[in-house]
Amino acid sequence: MINKEHIKVILATDCGSTTTKAIMIELVDNEYRLTYRGEAPTTVEAPFEDVTRGVLNAIIELEELSNRKILNHEKMIYPSSKDQGIDVYISTSSAGGGLQMMVSGVVKSMTGESAQRAALGAGAIVMDILASNDKRMYHEKVKRIRELRPDMVLLSGGVDGGTVTHVVELAEIIKTANPKPRLGMDFKLPIIYAGNNKAQPTIKETLKDSVDLIVAPNIRPTLEKENLKPSRDKIHDLFMEHVMAQAPGYNKLMDWTDHPIMPTPGAVGEIIKKISEVEQISVVGVDIGGATTDVFSVFDGEFNRTVSANLGMSYSICNVLAESGVDNVARWVPFNIDSYELTNSIANKMIRPTTIPQSLNDLKIEQALAREALRLSFIQHKEFAVSLKGIQQERTISDTFDQKISGETIVDMKNLDLIVGSGGVLSHAPRRSQAMRMLIDSFLPEGITQIAVDSIFMMPQLGVLSTFHEKAALEVFNKDCLIRLGTCVSPIKNKYKSKLLFKYKVKIDGEILSGEISSGEMKLIPAGLGKHYCKIEVFDNIDIGKGQGVNFEGDIDGGEVGIIFDGRGREINFKNNREKRMNQIIDWSVNTNEYKEDI
Amino acid sequence: MSKSYTPGLKVLKHINIIKERLLPLKGKVHVEVENEVKSNTIVASTEIPGNVQMLNLVNKLNIDPKQIFQFMKVNLNDHVEQNQVIAESKGFFGLFKTEIKSPITGTIINISDVTGQIVISEKPLPVEVDAYIPGKVSKVYEGEGIIVKSEGTFIQGIIGIGGEKKGIIKMLVSKPDQLVDLSKINESCKDTVIVCGKHITFDIYEKAKKVGVKGIICGGIDYDVISKILGYSMGVAITGTEKTTTLIVTEGFGSINMASKTFNLLKSNRDKQASINGATQIRAGVLRPEIFIKSTDTKISREFNEDDLIISEGSVVRVIREPHFGRIGKISKLPFELQKMKSETKVRVAEVEFDDKSKDIIPRANLEVILSNE
Repeated sequence: MINKEHIKVILATDCGSTTTKAIMIELVDNEYRLTYRGEAPTTVEAPFEDVTRGVLNAIIELEELSNRKILNHEKMIYPSSKDQGIDVYISTSSAGGGLQMMVSGVVKSMTGESAQRAALGAGAIVMDILASNDKRMYHEKVKRIRELRPDMVLLSGGVDGGTVTHVVELAEIIKTANPKPRLGMDFKLPIIYAGNNKAQPTIKETLKDSVDLIVAPNIRPTLEKENLKPSRDKIHDLFMEHVMAQAPGYNKLMDWTDHPIMPTPGAVGEIIKKISEVEQISVVGVDIGGATTDVFSVFDGEFNRTVSANLGMSYSICNVLAESGVDNVARWVPFNIDSYELTNSIANKMIRPTTIPQSLNDLKIEQALAREALRLSFIQHKEFAVSLKGIQQERTISDTFDQKISGETIVDMKNLDLIVGSGGVLSHAPRRSQAMRMLIDSFLPEGITQIAVDSIFMMPQLGVLSTFHEKAALEVFNKDCLIRLGTCVSPIKNKYKSKLLFKYKVKIDGEILSGEISSGEMKLIPAGLGKHYCKIEVFDNIDIGKGQGVNFEGDIDGGEVGIIFDGRGREINFKNNREKRMNQIIDWSVNTNEYKEDI
Repeated sequence: MSKSYTPGLKVLKHINIIKERLLPLKGKVHVEVENEVKSNTIVASTEIPGNVQMLNLVNKLNIDPKQIFQFMKVNLNDHVEQNQVIAESKGFFGLFKTEIKSPITGTIINISDVTGQIVISEKPLPVEVDAYIPGKVSKVYEGEGIIVKSEGTFIQGIIGIGGEKKGIIKMLVSKPDQLVDLSKINESCKDTVIVCGKHITFDIYEKAKKVGVKGIICGGIDYDVISKILGYSMGVAITGTEKTTTLIVTEGFGSINMASKTFNLLKSNRDKQASINGATQIRAGVLRPEIFIKSTDTKISREFNEDDLIISEGSVVRVIREPHFGRIGKISKLPFELQKMKSETKVRVAEVEFDDKSKDIIPRANLEVILSNE
């Protein structure tokens, strides 16, 4: 493999469940930049049943666009020269349903959740959590395992040296179920045991004949400590050895790549972690797809990922409708539409997922749905991203005032620095202001928070790249991937006595723009990319993230959209009257330059 | 002249069709290559493990798990009858023994000296796979299943519910834009597959189910009605396991006329036996609901391939999103450049001329080729 210092051309693909995306990254003027992008339908299904066909097609499109010859008789040309060849090829994949896992732990809210965190962090979809205390009968658990047919199971439970009975019982349930993997009728199901070390010999004895058992260090060696990395690494290895090896054409693809193939969400997680680490900031990332919405967060260096498996914008759009309710979707729709028409229109998108909104009203319905999908996914994430449960915490005097308890969410909106959105509905929104509004309306950032989107959904490829070439990944991420939309400034509470919330002054290109923000109001200041001096004077006890009644003076980031002052409160109060509600959302829309017409 | 690929549902007559019939687990195949099979011929079978019952023996006998084998009256893998004594305490001088009886007839599949539990499995459950369509066995996967080959009419719907069914095609309307009258659904519809034209209501579905209709084919249905039929809001379009009358919707949600080609093809097959399946999966490995009617005619039309999904100037297409949803027209231009829609989305487009000679610009992604060899 070529030395890192000599890499000039990088080819990266992401094999999605419907589309395979290829990007080319080149060293231009001593800086890595995205130069071309191509795509083609993924080919894991009949009649092709070979993922490499789609990869080759996407690369051929790149060749045509870039005038660079990459393939010679379907083989990559190495190394790069002026107009041909590449130096490194990498790939991610979520084709064929991604990595589907089942996890288990003795106590659902303790080892069960740690196991879930380990699996999600590795990029898996968690189909179910099996726990000794999940209130299901023995035979119900056996039936569930048989029905699900996961790609692998992560079995955990107990602290090191603790009692072995419960975790062995879980192993016995798995043995009784005798589960078969989803892919490959003749293979044994891989099971990672990462529980009480004292139970290892018995677990081995129990499961040795029926499954392919891999032993890893305990994910919860003590109540106070989580040790997820060894299990995550094992999951990655097994993903390559078992799941990928079974998927059509992947053996060939694995030979082609210069670094191990990563599950797509695992790779996105890597790049989110990297931004947080390099910029020393807290980050929330979201990738809203057709079937699922992934949310990632890093607060105080702690990384969490959740997958909302059935919240998405096409395949599972009706599930968003079912879970949020028609009224919650309709509240964002600024025109009259009856409930039948609205639900039929949404359901037609589910059955014809590749169609796109032609009329402005259709676009507004899709963006209303997106707000709900994002909102619900973020609620799930906040519920999952919590401090370890069941721990007796040491408290200092200051903690007493903080009122933190074990199991509390670590997603702290007041201290959130950056929200990054990705996925078609955000990245391809006709106006960037629409993406910014969708992210603000659903995540409800508090205080001063930057908002950005992934320009063309290339975070997965950059995630793999960051594992071996951080410089290239971050340069492309900052220059070509991340579109900084601007900053949202919002008081952190819901209701204040004062009608007037704050006064602002923003200096843009030497000119001072000033005004006031009232309760329920939203205003956009068109501050372009870069830092802008800003002075905010709050009324009464209003808190814009700096403390009650504390003013702000300093620089705030602008962007493609600008700075949005949001005075709507952090639980948006919609008017009850239909006409008034429509006027309310039209006002917000006009004030933030969301849609083209003055409705 | 530029070209573009679009999705397309198949509405075909005189076509070769193959169906894979596979077991969920390895088992036995009962037919051989070249065998003629009927739609209900059992082609493969297997057994799936039976339900299990767990007994916590150590709690019942008040013993340590390590001692469990000293108290067992049966061994691992032994067959036991219901109420057979499977474990017994020693008692005092042979008296006051506690007997543990098997709650079911089955096999002892686990005795654990760690947890002190024993697991008994009921007898395995048989699973059979039939041929689903009449035809000839063209391939056997040893221990896994077969491929059946046949020829006839094949129609795909857009969404369905319910699994595989077989029944005679019965037309309840004479035109694709007609609504079916509730009174037409009666005992004469029992075991048939009824064709209902434009749109059905919840009452129509319920009555059809009550009289024993095997399947319903219609143009459109309201989302709220399909949710009412299912008993829950349809969240994702993954269906086929519902134990109910199979429903196949050919066009989409709302009140939409059935496409004339689909309707006429069904009409030309009235009173013939159809194999239908409402199973739908709109994700990787797209599965659409389907109707198959074996042809008595040996004439086979040409096969379709990916190239048939290419649209070019002159192609007949159907619009699959508002505005113009459901209208059929002809491509009059395929401009290469991206164009801005009213939504401000910039997309590849096609100019479509409708039957009334009006024209409009439509995103290519919102067009569908109807694959038809009529």
